[in-house]
Amino acid sequence: MLGRLSWAAIPFNEPFPIISGAIVLIVILAVLGIITVKGWWPYLWREWITSVDHKRIGIMYLTLGLVMLMRGYADAIMMRTQQAMAIGNAQGYLPPGHYDQIFSAHGTIMIFFVAMPLVIGLMNFVVPLQLGVRDVAFPVLNSVSFWLTASGALLVNTSLVIGNFARTGWMAYPPLSELPFSPDVGVDYYLWSLQISGIGTLLTGVNFVTTILKLRAPGMTYFRMPVFCWTALATNMLVVAAFPILTATFAMLLLDRYLGMHFFTNDRGGNQMMYVNLFWAWGHPEVYILILPAFGVFSEVVATFSGRGLFSYRSMVLATLGICVLSFMVWLHHFFTMGAGANVNAFFGIMSAIIAVPTGVKIFNWLFTLFRGRIVFRTPILFSVGFMVTFVIGGMTGVLLAVPPVDFVLHNSVFLVAHFHNVIIGGVLFGVLAGYNYWFPKAFGFTLDDRFGKASFWCWIIGFYLAFMPLYVLGMMGMTRRLEHIADPGWRPLLMIAEIGAVFIFLAILCQIAQLYVSIRTREVRRDRTGDPWNGRTLEWSTPSPPPAYNFAVMPRVETIDAFAEMKRRGMPPLEQAYEAIEMPRNSATGFITAFFAVITGFALIWHIWWIVILGLLAATATLMVFGWSETREHEIPAGEIARMERARLGLGWPG
Amino acid sequence: MNGPDRIFDDRTPGVEENEPSASFLSYTAGLALAILATIASFVVSQTNLLWAPGVPVGLVVLAFAQIGVHLVFFLHLGSGPDNTNNIIALSFGLLIVFLVITGSAWIIANLNANVMPTAVQSSH
Repeated sequence: MLGRLSWAAIPFNEPFPIISGAIVLIVILAVLGIITVKGWWPYLWREWITSVDHKRIGIMYLTLGLVMLMRGYADAIMMRTQQAMAIGNAQGYLPPGHYDQIFSAHGTIMIFFVAMPLVIGLMNFVVPLQLGVRDVAFPVLNSVSFWLTASGALLVNTSLVIGNFARTGWMAYPPLSELPFSPDVGVDYYLWSLQISGIGTLLTGVNFVTTILKLRAPGMTYFRMPVFCWTALATNMLVVAAFPILTATFAMLLLDRYLGMHFFTNDRGGNQMMYVNLFWAWGHPEVYILILPAFGVFSEVVATFSGRGLFSYRSMVLATLGICVLSFMVWLHHFFTMGAGANVNAFFGIMSAIIAVPTGVKIFNWLFTLFRGRIVFRTPILFSVGFMVTFVIGGMTGVLLAVPPVDFVLHNSVFLVAHFHNVIIGGVLFGVLAGYNYWFPKAFGFTLDDRFGKASFWCWIIGFYLAFMPLYVLGMMGMTRRLEHIADPGWRPLLMIAEIGAVFIFLAILCQIAQLYVSIRTREVRRDRTGDPWNGRTLEWSTPSPPPAYNFAVMPRVETIDAFAEMKRRGMPPLEQAYEAIEMPRNSATGFITAFFAVITGFALIWHIWWIVILGLLAATATLMVFGWSETREHEIPAGEIARMERARLGLGWPG
Repeated sequence: MNGPDRIFDDRTPGVEENEPSASFLSYTAGLALAILATIASFVVSQTNLLWAPGVPVGLVVLAFAQIGVHLVFFLHLGSGPDNTNNIIALSFGLLIVFLVITGSAWIIANLNANVMPTAVQSSH
């Protein structure tokens, strides 16, 4: 009746998962209780859960990413503490089986449920505004994407208290991830949560490629698009090209585990090396899926806060597209040591080094934009400059690792761990935080506190260097990754420094929370009534903050790059305009309901509860079909209503 | 680049009022060609019409013909007003598929490069 699920699945005898799970459960129940008592459910349901507004969906993605960042960070500090304690005779506080789950969950969560939602959230919020349009191409599909991603995140967190997570590392290489060696539900949690969220990501890719190619403001030709839109286009092309590879690979591993097939087994013609190959054929484009939007954010931030246009826009675009194609020609550098010969290794090593060229072009473009610019040192530009210094170091160690003989020495060491945290924290995370500080006033109508923003920046950068520079040294001393126990007491000082760095990162997160809290408390004095708090250059700043549901009362006409800067130079269009009725998509519960059944189906698949699987799949399909046959998907905002809202904004400021 | 009029569209995103509807005739022709290619594949594989070693080649040719029929008659490649996007998207897709397939084949074929030939190896 309940498949493999029984009371034995809940780890009552292990204190950590039970205590942390209980705390999480209490917090969730408390939040739900407050919402119920205050009667906020109708508002939440109407304005957020069923919203198909790209701005709302973007904000929900960012919230999901930031909440999951806490979970990923909790895993990180537990690992750092274990490694700082379990040296020599000491055994630390985590048993190996639990430690293995923690590093697997940390990697999985940080890539799929922190970095991905954060960059997708930024793209969701910003791209339609920058393109001068009213929503993405498929607004309901966008909501489906978000809720499927959230479903995956929910399933991963469920593994904390019901059953366990994978002990295989975040790549889940076979044969370890095959049934004989991982017989419990851990790998199934990993696979099904990533399959479900992967569908969401793929649909996002389709949605944004279509939006950018097909929906742009009048006059917005390709070479007038803001650089962030170009990077979003490149990223989503990579999503469309790469995520099916991951889905197919995971599907084969699932067939191995569920139906006894032999794609990646040791025997009967299986080849586990094919899994590694296919995983990284997705995995390397994936790192560019994450970093390209961050590059886009820095391009916007650097140009805006230098008070001038981006240096060499065209080379920036070409570099982005070059990286987009090159990123599909380097994946073997993740497994130089798996057995390929010198020719193959040399080819992929050289290709990997070549990718540094367009990246270098970008760095120089940002430098030349800053050069002789009137730089305003607010939080976003601090993250951008911090990124440029830090990312260059990470890029250098990356080029170093791209040399096969060096990789034979350093592979699987904490030198590698230091390298990819260097580019992901110093690149993706700094980019997202710069974008968060930069676009927050657009999203909520008031600016974020600068003192706490700067404090969080300094804690992030100090914490990063303290936490990861020691790992470079330890890696060269021979420390391998994922160690639950450290035999050599000589490594203790460096591991202690890394632990202190992790504490600094905790302070950075605290500053971030304090910044948000203080800013909300003082929002009346920091309201952005102009819609353009930074003297911005692109179209999103021509809308009020926060923008109305329809974004633009009158479609903007674009004649140059940096369209809004040009409009301001030439003089603004007249305040009162002839308004026309606007057709907008209706809210839809399709996304939420589909995702609800996806969670149930995924959970039942993990625990082999087949009757629920069948019911869940039927229900999810039925939900989509009901939407497919519905007739009234749009509603019209009459011209008079728009005129009333616009007058209210222009005369009396934005109501709120 | 697309002119302003092509991009400008003040309706709900994603809603096409005048779908570029290909004619009934072209869909029927597409369906007929697709069925023809399918039947031909079965004929090639189940009869002695082709010289036996040539059968795989014949199937590959027919598969590509099938892809071509779908692209032209059902996905309207080559007849849409903004054909450039479609062509670019298709060539990007082909490039990626080419890179992943040839790259994977090359890598997997090469993975024994550092392995000493042994009795087990040679028995395969």
